[in-house]
Amino acid sequence: MKRVQYLAIPAWTPGWMMVMAALAVIIAIAGGAVLYMEHQGHWVTGMTNQVVWGMPHVFAIFLIVAASGALNVASIGSVFGREPYQPLGRLSALMAMALLAGGLGVLVLDLGRPDRLVVAITHFNVKSIFAWNVILYSGFFAVVGFYLWAMIDWRMKRAYKPAAITAFLWRLILTTGTGSIFGFLLARDAYNAAVMAPLFIAMSFAFGLALFILFILGATTALNRPLSMELVRRKGRLLGLFVAANLYFVAIQHVTALYMADRVAVETFLLLQGGLYTALFWGGQVLLGALVPLILVFRPNASRCRVRAASVLVVLGGIAQIYVILIGGQAFPLTLFPGMEVSSSFQDGLVAAYAPTAAEILLGLGGFALALLIAVIGASALRILPASLGDGDEATAEIILAEGDPVAAP
Amino acid sequence: MSQPTSRRDLLKAAAIGAVAIAPGLTLIAPAAARPLGTGASAANRWGLLIDTSKCDAGCTACVDACKTEMGLTGHDRPLTDSQYIRKVDVTDPASGHRHSLPVMCQHCAKPPCVDVCPTGASMKRADGIVLVDRHICIGCRYCMMACPYKARSFIHEDQSGQKPDNPRGKGCVESCTLCAHRIDAGGQPACVESCAKDGRAAMLFGDLNDPNSEISRRVSTEATSRIRADLGVEPAIRYQGI
Ligand code: SF4
Ligand code: SF4
Repeated sequence: MKRVQYLAIPAWTPGWMMVMAALAVIIAIAGGAVLYMEHQGHWVTGMTNQVVWGMPHVFAIFLIVAASGALNVASIGSVFGREPYQPLGRLSALMAMALLAGGLGVLVLDLGRPDRLVVAITHFNVKSIFAWNVILYSGFFAVVGFYLWAMIDWRMKRAYKPAAITAFLWRLILTTGTGSIFGFLLARDAYNAAVMAPLFIAMSFAFGLALFILFILGATTALNRPLSMELVRRKGRLLGLFVAANLYFVAIQHVTALYMADRVAVETFLLLQGGLYTALFWGGQVLLGALVPLILVFRPNASRCRVRAASVLVVLGGIAQIYVILIGGQAFPLTLFPGMEVSSSFQDGLVAAYAPTAAEILLGLGGFALALLIAVIGASALRILPASLGDGDEATAEIILAEGDPVAAP
Repeated sequence: MSQPTSRRDLLKAAAIGAVAIAPGLTLIAPAAARPLGTGASAANRWGLLIDTSKCDAGCTACVDACKTEMGLTGHDRPLTDSQYIRKVDVTDPASGHRHSLPVMCQHCAKPPCVDVCPTGASMKRADGIVLVDRHICIGCRYCMMACPYKARSFIHEDQSGQKPDNPRGKGCVESCTLCAHRIDAGGQPACVESCAKDGRAAMLFGDLNDPNSEISRRVSTEATSRIRADLGVEPAIRYQGI
């Protein structure tokens, strides 16, 4: 039986150094932005007592959601036994951990007191879904790390399948937990719905795969390794399925809300009269983030370029989607007196204005850079990327005949 | 957790000092000061009854008193400055009827802020007062997302002019404490006191668990309601005329 050849990314080459340096610079700038915001206090950001979670949270939630989605490729290969996906399992697990680290980094650095992070571990409120997420996130690193080890080390072959299943279940729970952060907010008209959890799972599938495709395309180009067009198209079509699923849950989210009389106001705001939020919803999330990518990937013989464009659009549409959910949901005023008009010195009854500042955006981009940095370092230190994902006799054999048949292993 | 206890003792000591220099405070006090070293008791359920028919849109006596009592100097930035209590003007679009009322932390019996807080910094005392433990708040603002009454503020910048009873640190969340420091000393909240003195005496403070208190008597004989009672969080602040 032929083995898949895995090769580490050759480190310390000029190109590698350049990528590393660029990422390090972005991370350093993000670090500067954090110091500035923490030193001055949050009044220098766009966040207020009305919009308490801003742009950093948009990026953080995107990355965290994408992290569990990035694990999908590995799960499809191992849990569901789809062989063409198996050679990419290692990268999938590595990316999942890298993205989660990037997202958590942003989340933690936006705390009012990031210096008290240890308190979040020593003081634990069992009723808080947020506290549960602390456990889910740390557990994710352990579970996926072990899974990666089981994939890399042939002596761990026995553990491979159980590790794969555990990781798959863990990520489903993790995304449910992230979605539930919103679902549990009974007072916010835009959030309080059970559909938030499955919606976040669909989002994670789409965003994670889009980032994964972009990384594969970038890495094979940069390293000059062969990549089968068939594999690219197959991934593109899978992305299309996930995007469609996301769109389906978005439709459920809004249609069910429209049936509830007390939700009509917030829905009208988001879908029709919300200005920026309405534009981001229809133009960013639905059109550019879903419909256009669907057309791109389902065209027969979609080219590499099309799949790449579709993935980029899914990422941008995803950021727009989280922006609309998170910021749009907070901008809409809380209802203290249903059916009444209210005003106060504390912005009651007013749509809150929020404009992200450069510092917040830089912090968010720093999260992306951190994730990419971890992924590249990981793929340089370990044998993560297959030597070839090409077509042709030798390459196909390399892809398909994964080492032994891990799925059949006891 | 020795820190909060020792600080509570400290606050109590400070509060007793306040009683000594201001004996008038105890005259109108509905309850005796809590003896040093004892915790808040579940036998009490402190609450307010606010008659909005007396409250006037132009009056901000309660808000001003709160700012002074709690040292909320602010930075003239209405979007980020803390507000523990605010006046909300309500208009019925169908009839044009207007009224005005103060809204602060409602000291919910089932407080969502406490449920969601990851560290337990948001906490409910045995007597129902909901507070933020400033020693363990990490500034995540999840409680602000969860509070149905928009009662909480995030401390967006360094503060000056702080009061010993209300230490305020940048990066933490804060809200109305129902003047726990005054209650523990046998007094009543600053807003209630100034509403009686400079306002229209629209606010009544008392123990909802004590059947003989004036607030209990009125709540059991007159129609009262709570803001967003439908949410089921059971606020301790009751209103008339909303
Ligand atoms: S009003 Fe808000 S801050 Fe106060 S107890 Fe209720 S949920 Fe908590
Ligand atoms: S901001 Fe502080 S009090 Fe509020 S939920 Fe977070 S840790 Fe708890």
